[in-house]
Amino acid sequence: MSDIAEPGGAAMREPSSPPAKPLRTRILQRFPWLRGYLLMSPTIAVMLAMLIVPVVALFVRSFWTQNVFEIDTTFTLRNYAYIFELSDRITYWFGIPFPLANPVYVILLVKSIAMSLAVTVVVILLAYPMAYFMAFRVKRHKMLWLILITIPIWTSYLLRVFAWKIMLGFNGVINSGLMNLGIIDKPLEFLLYNPIAVIITLAHAWVAFAILPIYVSLEKIDRSLLEAATDLGDKPWERFWHVTLPLSAPGTIATILLVFIPTVGDYVTPALVGGSGGSMIGNSIQLLFGRQNDAPLGSAVSVVMMATITAIVCLFLWLVDYRKIRARGMN
Amino acid sequence: MSTGESIISLRSVAKHFGSVRAVDDVSFDIRRGEFFSLLGPSGCGKTTLLRMLAGFEVPTSGAILIDGQDVSTVPPHARPTNMVFQNYAIFPHLSVRENIAYGLRKKGLSKQELAQTVEDALALIKMTGYGDRASHQLSGGQRQRVALARALVCKPKVLLLDEPLGALDKKLREEMQLELRQIQRTVGVTFVFVTHDQEEALALSDRIAVMSRGKALQIDAANRLYEAPNCKEVAAFIGSMNFFQGSLRETSGGTALVDAGPLGQLSASAAENAPGPGSQVSIAVRPEKLRLAWDKPAAGQNAIAGRIATEAYFGDRSHYHVAVEGLAEPIAVAMQKSDRLLDDASSIGRPVWISWAPEAAVLLTE
Amino acid sequence: MSKRFDLLTIYGIVFLVFLYAPVLLLPVFSVNDATVAIFPLKGFTLKAYGQMVNNPALLAALKNSLVVAVGVSVVSTAFGLLAAMGVTRYKLPGQGPVMSVIMLPLVVPSIILAVALLVLVRQVFDIPLTLWTVAAGHILICVPFSMMVLMSRLEGFDRSLEEASADLGESGWMTFWRVTFPIAMPGIVASLLMCFTISLDEYVLAFFLSGLDQTLPIFLYGQLRFPQRLPMTLALGTTILIVSTIIVIFSEILRRRGVQSTKPTGL
Repeated sequence: MSDIAEPGGAAMREPSSPPAKPLRTRILQRFPWLRGYLLMSPTIAVMLAMLIVPVVALFVRSFWTQNVFEIDTTFTLRNYAYIFELSDRITYWFGIPFPLANPVYVILLVKSIAMSLAVTVVVILLAYPMAYFMAFRVKRHKMLWLILITIPIWTSYLLRVFAWKIMLGFNGVINSGLMNLGIIDKPLEFLLYNPIAVIITLAHAWVAFAILPIYVSLEKIDRSLLEAATDLGDKPWERFWHVTLPLSAPGTIATILLVFIPTVGDYVTPALVGGSGGSMIGNSIQLLFGRQNDAPLGSAVSVVMMATITAIVCLFLWLVDYRKIRARGMN
Repeated sequence: MSTGESIISLRSVAKHFGSVRAVDDVSFDIRRGEFFSLLGPSGCGKTTLLRMLAGFEVPTSGAILIDGQDVSTVPPHARPTNMVFQNYAIFPHLSVRENIAYGLRKKGLSKQELAQTVEDALALIKMTGYGDRASHQLSGGQRQRVALARALVCKPKVLLLDEPLGALDKKLREEMQLELRQIQRTVGVTFVFVTHDQEEALALSDRIAVMSRGKALQIDAANRLYEAPNCKEVAAFIGSMNFFQGSLRETSGGTALVDAGPLGQLSASAAENAPGPGSQVSIAVRPEKLRLAWDKPAAGQNAIAGRIATEAYFGDRSHYHVAVEGLAEPIAVAMQKSDRLLDDASSIGRPVWISWAPEAAVLLTE
Repeated sequence: MSKRFDLLTIYGIVFLVFLYAPVLLLPVFSVNDATVAIFPLKGFTLKAYGQMVNNPALLAALKNSLVVAVGVSVVSTAFGLLAAMGVTRYKLPGQGPVMSVIMLPLVVPSIILAVALLVLVRQVFDIPLTLWTVAAGHILICVPFSMMVLMSRLEGFDRSLEEASADLGESGWMTFWRVTFPIAMPGIVASLLMCFTISLDEYVLAFFLSGLDQTLPIFLYGQLRFPQRLPMTLALGTTILIVSTIIVIFSEILRRRGVQSTKPTGL
């Protein structure tokens, strides 16, 4: 005997009204992702309260002014005008003319960006071969290598800077070591308290951090693509240039941003190993909020710095056509 | 346990995801104690239907009754059903024993009873002694058995199985089919089994619902689905089938006469609810019900002349494609070794006659 | 596999030396019997460690740091877990922008975070700076880390495990306790440890947001200015280094092992 299904057949159908459900359930059933946001809401709230609100407050503050002990809350562009005020008196920095009345912040910003760029380049040059080594050469004990790379990321930044101070100091390890070996007979003074010391220290501090994203993007590359490239006649070097490098671009670009953005605002490293010549924009922000007690101007400097960083990052992503690279990485 | 009485009733059940009608107004009953399969290609709504039975999806409209109770909106943990998941969903942090005992926490068993229940279940799936294994030490087949035992110890009224054999290799799958059927007979629980593999469904099931595009096309025993499909889609989905289109001339005594254009007049057995004369119909014949001959067969049979286009040799049988003038698709013919046409010289290109008895063909409305 | 000592392998080893050498100077000089960190090394001594454990200001800073770090790790992991669950189990419209905002503290220079929070705390709400404000700052930078760790743990999480639990008769909460939580456990512990180390080591936010109560990094930073206290500073640095290394190794092993075991091997 066969019971043939009768779609919509009258025999099977009974007048059934949909069971009444509370509105909340109905909405959640209709839009299941609302549950996701419900779960995330405490975290989002915390981030709003502690990230977005403070940054907005900082932004607002940059339009106020400091009168010795109290803050004048009338809206004004005076802080920005102060930073960018033109003047006939031209200050030169590395031959670059700055026709500003108070050139210190702009010069420090330019200098910080230049130093950060240098750090980023050094970091990528050091980290990429290491990531490549770990992705393609290390076969056994991969976890050991990963952990060896990871430890420095999580161990005190301050201590690593401190270590470099000991290394590079006038009475430091390098000088005493070289003198001890008889290579030099008096300490090298140029080691510490200059931009180079800051760049070395920052590069060392960030390089471990940079390996992981590059490593992940190299590790993700389908090995058969590399075999295909060889099969199609690429020499190892060509294969690297045509296949490996483009496919690891998303990780490399992420790394560039991950290193560049935070180092522009770094202030611990310049404060410890930079001396007066190696100070960066972060140091002047710290001074403005601290000893100089001019929070509004400090806020304005912060805003200018963030805006500059954002502009540079956008320009960079546009130049490398990041959308296309990312879309390619998805496949 | 008596069979025949219904344990699950689906009443105009529909499930829409946005504008997609995953399940579209389905109504049928599943009998107590039967091995029932939902068969169809992927995306036909069979899994959605199963998940509605389990309670993971709530029907957009209609009602699901299990043992006479409307469970449409009852959450999964409060339903008398248990499920064997497609990937088995063995808890990775628990041992085999703990996995099987998972659902027994609330049953109020003593420690001893609980241990005994788990041991019995391990014996049922022939995995005595494996209780302390970690889940990642199990093979695919073993995971499948543990998933089965874990669901069965909860004593469900209905056991739901979502393509449980799909992840196994062919040989293991055939073994597990036998075992599954045996376990079902032993425990007597109603099984609702989702699969896209028609052979699996035909081999295991008491009854099968063939689904397509959210609808249940036909619900029948395996042999009825094969011999008497109720529509072209079922006929084409189960096994292979030749179709000849035409218009119905007349029906008399269970036999229909059809004008099939260039093929002339063909006859087929017709059901009582056959359409009226003049309707567009198809005659469906299985390849193995066709006969090939060099000479024109005697009258009283349907006969078509054609040329052999391809021949495929399978040892116990051979498959032929016969090209017929006026037909876009060649006709598929399967012949057993005993009545194969030729054993050596190639027959490709030779003219041939195809014939079949009227009762071997089925009349289907377009 | 043939063992090849090619250029790349040599580079790998040299790189590790470069990565570790400066930091390893701290323990070396901390047991050197001299007041300046110069070669050649003199005799071995643990004097500096003795000074360290007898310094009340240091011990007070240590206690403050521990209290803050424990609180921060628990709170951040809770927030991180909620957010990671929300992201990994639902397809969220607008997930990209929301995630970017949550991950922002990972890239924004910490001095910006610090001064922005300082403005909010002091000038908008006029709350006194205490260890509470330090903890708040640390939560801000720990939540994204915690979320990343937990997301990678939960990403491979098979939804059908929770469905199986519901199917076997457990309600939502019991399913969380019996299935979700234990499976996420290695990730949760890794996140707790990681947030603990981050908070323990963090200097910039702590410096801006702390009042009279110092944390350990602030204390350490203060010591760096006094050359005569170098040995004790080295000893303190070494201790911090060892403790955080142990924690990191432990949490990394846990995290990576955890990720591997989610994949069923039988299939």
